[in-house]
Amino acid sequence: MSYLIDEGKNASHLLMGNEAIVRGSLEAGINVAAGYPGTPSSEIIECFSQVAKERNLYVEWSTNEKVAVEVAAAASFAGLRSLCVMKQNGVNVASDFLLHLASSGTRGGMLLVTCDDPGALSSVNEGESRLFAQLLEIPLLEPGDFQEAKDIIPWAFALSEKIRNIVMVRSVTRLSHASGNVRFGPLPATAAKAEFHYSGPLLDPDTGPMIAMIVAAPEAQHGPQQEKMKRAAEIFETCPFNTYTGPAAPELLIVTSSACSLYSREAVSILGLTERVGILKLATTWPLPQRLLKKHLAAAPQILFVEEVAPTLEDHVKVVAAEAGAEIGGKIFFGKKSGHLPSLGELNPDLVLAALSRIFAVPYEGAPAAFSGAVKALAARYAPPRGMTFCPGCPHRASYWSINNAVKLDGRGGFVCGDIGCYVMGTMAAGFNTCKTLHAMGSASGIASGFGKLKQFGMGQPVMAVCGDSTFFHAAMPALANAIHQRSPFTLMLMDNRGTAMTGFQPHPGSPTNVLGDTVPALDMEKICRAMGAKVEVSDPFNLEKTRQKLNHLMEYADGAKVLILRRACALSPERRGKKDYEVTVDESRCRGEDCGCNRICTRIFGCPGLIWDGEKKVSRIDEIICVGCGVCADICPAGAIVRKEIA
Amino acid sequence: MSEVKLAKDPYNVIITGVGGQGNVLASRLLGGMLAKKGFIVTIGETFGASQRGGSVMSHLRISREVLASPQIPKGRADVIVSLEPAEALRVLALYGNPDTILLTNNHPIYPVGVIKGDMVYPPVAEMEAAVKEVLPAARFIAATARALALGNSILVNIIMLGALGRLNVVPFNREEFKEAIAARLAAGQLAINLQAFDAGYGMV
Repeated sequence: MSYLIDEGKNASHLLMGNEAIVRGSLEAGINVAAGYPGTPSSEIIECFSQVAKERNLYVEWSTNEKVAVEVAAAASFAGLRSLCVMKQNGVNVASDFLLHLASSGTRGGMLLVTCDDPGALSSVNEGESRLFAQLLEIPLLEPGDFQEAKDIIPWAFALSEKIRNIVMVRSVTRLSHASGNVRFGPLPATAAKAEFHYSGPLLDPDTGPMIAMIVAAPEAQHGPQQEKMKRAAEIFETCPFNTYTGPAAPELLIVTSSACSLYSREAVSILGLTERVGILKLATTWPLPQRLLKKHLAAAPQILFVEEVAPTLEDHVKVVAAEAGAEIGGKIFFGKKSGHLPSLGELNPDLVLAALSRIFAVPYEGAPAAFSGAVKALAARYAPPRGMTFCPGCPHRASYWSINNAVKLDGRGGFVCGDIGCYVMGTMAAGFNTCKTLHAMGSASGIASGFGKLKQFGMGQPVMAVCGDSTFFHAAMPALANAIHQRSPFTLMLMDNRGTAMTGFQPHPGSPTNVLGDTVPALDMEKICRAMGAKVEVSDPFNLEKTRQKLNHLMEYADGAKVLILRRACALSPERRGKKDYEVTVDESRCRGEDCGCNRICTRIFGCPGLIWDGEKKVSRIDEIICVGCGVCADICPAGAIVRKEIA
Repeated sequence: MSEVKLAKDPYNVIITGVGGQGNVLASRLLGGMLAKKGFIVTIGETFGASQRGGSVMSHLRISREVLASPQIPKGRADVIVSLEPAEALRVLALYGNPDTILLTNNHPIYPVGVIKGDMVYPPVAEMEAAVKEVLPAARFIAATARALALGNSILVNIIMLGALGRLNVVPFNREEFKEAIAARLAAGQLAINLQAFDAGYGMV
């Protein structure tokens, strides 16, 4: 039995923030959860799936985030409690439906859980989902620690049902992927009955059809939506998760939320400022609780905002202060705008320490400067930086190798549009700098579709795009349909590594099993592409020469969109992990090292971590611990020095 | 092992290494044992894009009193356990102080720049001598060699936990380790992991 459904009295476990959100949902009697994988959010759906049978849940990895919200919304319309979950970038994808859902409202409690990634530790950008709460006109809650990440969820479900609208709960990497002690509450019975009532009057919140349609009559739905926000603001005035610690009349008030509240508390404590600084930790960050804020602003002459990414608290609390100016007097504000905290990147205790040390003119030093200086000098000398690279045995390295060679051989200045997945490293040395554009999920195909139509303006460069198998279903299919229909002659290289690899092998519509372990229809990408009208070839990327030939052939074919499916499971996938196909060795007598005509192409360019340059012996050699025995490097050595022997 | 008291509160431990070495399992095993004994534990993990051959780091905060933040302030690590020597030095430079206890595996995992021959990874013995000049009590142990002798390089993380146990600075013992690992791994793997723990215990 999973610890997530521990029913022991006073049970307490060390939980990740993501697990705490799951436990909170179970304590709230959740019925349906849907999402699309993305760091740091992916563990939430996986945890739900582990207890789905015991707790009578329906859980799915949806095709994309918009579909996930729609699936969860259906459950809410039928009176169940549901949740949809995604990383910040997913909210962009889901936003169209979310805007309409916020207008129609919901029935059973429904949460949008977003996990932001300040500092873009595992993202292509430093997104900020909090701004969506303002745009969508829905309430936003931000838990401040692990216990609260659990406790706030039942409260959020209740709020959603009180105001009949979706409620957004935002976590960040340092909560989602950090762990802390969480005391459990009781689990409710799991019986739930779903029924969609639609026979009542239009816009009746309980019995009418669920329709977002306010053509020329904004008062019909936008009016009630604004009333819901007013109710939420009123409820937020007494929300138990908004807390204040510090003296009654502090010299400085810190206004903060989320993981930043922990950094603030630590910094204040380290500097010994607990009697001089108060911390107002807000869990309800949109709409803001005006009276609560006014009360705390009135008590302090100086305010410091501690938050990550966009200065949203800073901007909106300043408005509250300005509106109450006559009552509470002028304030001195510190934060991102004053330059006391950075406007980008994630925060940490040190950045808050530096801000407080500057404001209070209290000197602070983490470690003696002489020591840190000496060790930093040693690190610069002895600890070479660790660049990002593909895993040993990764099919993407082999794919990019062939793509790069095909483009060079073609000789017309062709280029590749990049997409989202492990293969973003196609923009870097790890992927031989092959990709020349990189934006959002599926965008490579759309951009390539556009480039393909520029021939009439004299553009003669062949155009290619990459996408992964999960990305294909998520967002590349509409772009491919566009290219086929518009006869845009680009070549899509569909890098099918048999799962959503980057985030941990979540299934997608092309997978034979779903997250619950059920056998499900696997959509055949090859057949889909053919049926859509593309010219399709399939190749094993580990066969470098054949892949290169097929790609060169497709690049020459000028009439419409073409797809090359590069099919080979990820090296970390369950089907390949721990299995060696070949015993690979370097025949030192044949490796000519730097004197070889290839100028040691194997280590200098190919760059597999399993194949290393021995600077002393001046030969390449296999690192037995790292090599996974894919044998691809044997094909790139012109001297035949890399030898692979099939393992029976 | 007699029960140890925390030398400071919160007591700050960093477990670091390279993606794939089992860093996260080590920190969760340790954190789980401590939480079970009633400590307030925070584990902050940095993984994700960096998990594939990149630097990985877990911050463990152990307290009787407060919930500490998931990031240790710079210069405030009490213990650094590293599964890879260059990572030990990288973390020591940011989070170490003259009193930090440093325990590291001495087997290098080469960054891609070194594999390619663009950068040099100096001999670990030279690094060890240089580190000991600023931090004389630093310990470099041959955990990978020992793990390979036991049959699998993946045991490095458990060997390092055993070595940490011997240092008697973090309050956990072999029995608690046994219980924690038994709860996480298949029954067949228990014996080899206990062997690895004991091997590490005997290495410092």
